[in-house]
Parts: sequence; C-alpha cells; structure tokens
Amino acid sequence: MNCTKCPTSTKAVISLPRHNAAFCKDCFTTFVHEQVARAIKSFKMFTPADRILVAVSGGKDSLALWHILLNLGYRADALYVNLGIGSYSEESHRKVQHYAETVAAAHSATLLVHVVEQEAGAGIRELANILHRPTCSTCGTIKRYQFNRAAVEQNYDVMATGHNLDDEAARLLGNVLHWQEEYLDKQSPTLPASVEGFAKKVKPLCRLSEREIAAYAVVNRIDYIVEECPMAKGSKMLLYKEVLNRLETESPGTKQRFYWGFLDKQNKPDAPTESMAEKDQRTLAPCLSCGQPTTADTCSYCKMMAKAKSVPAR
Amino acid sequence: MIVQLSHPQRQVEIKGPKRTKELLRELNLVIEAHLVIRGDDLVTEDEMLADADQIEIRPVISGGSLG
Ligand SMILES: [Zn+2]
Ligand SMILES: [Zn+2]
Repeated sequence: MNCTKCPTSTKAVISLPRHNAAFCKDCFTTFVHEQVARAIKSFKMFTPADRILVAVSGGKDSLALWHILLNLGYRADALYVNLGIGSYSEESHRKVQHYAETVAAAHSATLLVHVVEQEAGAGIRELANILHRPTCSTCGTIKRYQFNRAAVEQNYDVMATGHNLDDEAARLLGNVLHWQEEYLDKQSPTLPASVEGFAKKVKPLCRLSEREIAAYAVVNRIDYIVEECPMAKGSKMLLYKEVLNRLETESPGTKQRFYWGFLDKQNKPDAPTESMAEKDQRTLAPCLSCGQPTTADTCSYCKMMAKAKSVPAR
Repeated sequence: MIVQLSHPQRQVEIKGPKRTKELLRELNLVIEAHLVIRGDDLVTEDEMLADADQIEIRPVISGGSLG
C-alpha cells in the first residue's frame, strides 16, 4: 500500500478507511497536525498568544497532545498528577518526566507535578475505599479538581486534555443509553470559563481516533505507557469503545458520524418546533391512485404494485 | 515469527509469511483497536510479514471513567 498523498510512490505506514486515504510517516504527521489545527480553529480553542496547560498522564493521548501543540508553535506547559497507584503511577511519572526533559525542554515548556499522597495522606486505592466510590471515578474527580485549580491559580488561559474521538463517542453512547441529557452539554470540545474559578477547557484531539493518536506516537517516537491503568479493567468505557470499534470495522466512519453529527446538531440554533401532526399535514397528500396519505404523487405501495404488474410473468 | 502482545504482556509464535490482517484475524483482534509494529515501524493491513520478523501488536484503547 502506497501513500495516497505523495506524488512519488512512498510506502504507507497507516491506512485510514474513513478518509479513503493511506499515509507515509511524513504525510501522516502532517495530517494529524492539520486535524488538530482545524479543531483549534473551528471550536475557537486558543490562539498563539494564550498560555496553555496540558493535562498529561503518561499515556499516548496526553503526550501526543503536548507534542503536537509544541510542534504547532503553541505555548504549552503540562501538569502531571501522581495518584499513587503503585508501579503504574511510578512508570507513567517516569515517561512524562522523560518526555519533558528530552523534548519539551527544548521548546522552553515546563512540567508541573502534583503528588496526591503528599496532600491527602492516602493513595487513590485507599481514598476509594474510604469514600466507597469506584476507583476510576475517584481518580477522575481528583484529576479534574487538581488540573482546574492549577490552571486557575497559575493564570493559564486554557486547560487542554487529550480526549479523543473514541473517548467522546463512547461517552456520548453512554449518555444516550442512559438518557443523561444534562451531561450532553459538557461534551462540547470547548467549555468556557463560565464562572470565576473555572478554567476554560478544550479537547484539541476530538477529530482524531484513538488508533490514529497511538500511530502518531509510534511514528514520532513518543515513549508512552502502553500498560492499562489497573483500576480501569472492566470499565463501562472499555465496553462502549469495543462495541463502537466493531461497528467502525464494519462501516468505517461510524464513530465520526456519531460524535460529529451530535456536535453539528448541538451547534445549530434551535429550529422552530413543529409538531409531528403539523409536519404530516404540511407534507402528506392523498395518493393519486389509492387515496392513502403519501409524500409523493403516488404512494410507494402503489408504485411497487405497478412495477410488479409490469414485469411479464414467467 | 515472534509476536509480542499486551494486556497481559505475552509472546506467541505464529508461522509466517502472513499478511498483517490475517495475523490479526488469526489472533481474533480488531484492526481498529490495534497497531502492528515491525521492529520500530508501523505496517499497514496488507503488509506481508516474514517468518523472521519481530512483531509487536499494540492495543490502542484505554479505559478510564466515563465522567
Ligand atoms: Zn506521503
Ligand atoms: Zn397509493
């Protein structure tokens, strides 16, 4: 398979069925940068003058996000929150530190670190036991709190997280399955600093799938933690992603249409509401042939029957 | 070929030559949730993998809270 963008035949490293494309290393990196630049622009995330705080975990999404923003020339520092989940936290902390020293430092970007145990006197596992809450939600609460606090206290203009298309599509599926409409508003890729003490939050990777981001990390030699957080095993999020990926394999573009379609609808000003009865009265009229209501001159039943009669019997 | 897998970390031996997509199918893995890496380089689904290749199949899906 060759790169569909290069004029000369260059070997592709990844094919993207939902874009009908295959890319070599360089064209793929350019593609990813363009997708992020488009998200930043269309959702008015930030400008080159803004100071950005990236929430990093040591995983592929957040490190790739930091890397992309620095390469696009943005002023991006990062915050790592060490949750004290044994060797998993130690290794992810090491990966973040390594990236900060070997790559980010050259862009004059700084890594901030917050260790939860130092403040709360307990690791996440202990905290979850004390509070009787599933660990993943405890972890999410702590991270959201610490990132927001750091962004506000240290005067960053905006806080960026590595949420990708798969994360948002899975979350949307969960919210729709349980009709948690009150959460749907929070799924926008840009959340404003609505009140004093709330940082503006953005998701610049919302146009890219999880697989594309992992591929970007591999192609650009970003060393991230591949091992799954031991606390995430069997989470609902993983199940929703698995289901969506099976649909995606059968019909490429499903995840994108699901999430982007939702964003499109959300962005449109509310259409004047018309009841189903009003709509029917406006669009339906008696069929010329049988008199039953139809949107066409002749109803689909009569058309089908006319067609059947026109076929000579065998 | 030696194939390195994650979650949990393990190695399996698969007879080559074989195309990437056939390797994934044999291991019952969905392409959308995995990357196939030969040495240090990503390969596409139609790439022919030789018996002597060092292959890593890397899962790309991470969990976490729905919050
Ligand atoms: Zn190319
Ligand atoms: Zn009719």
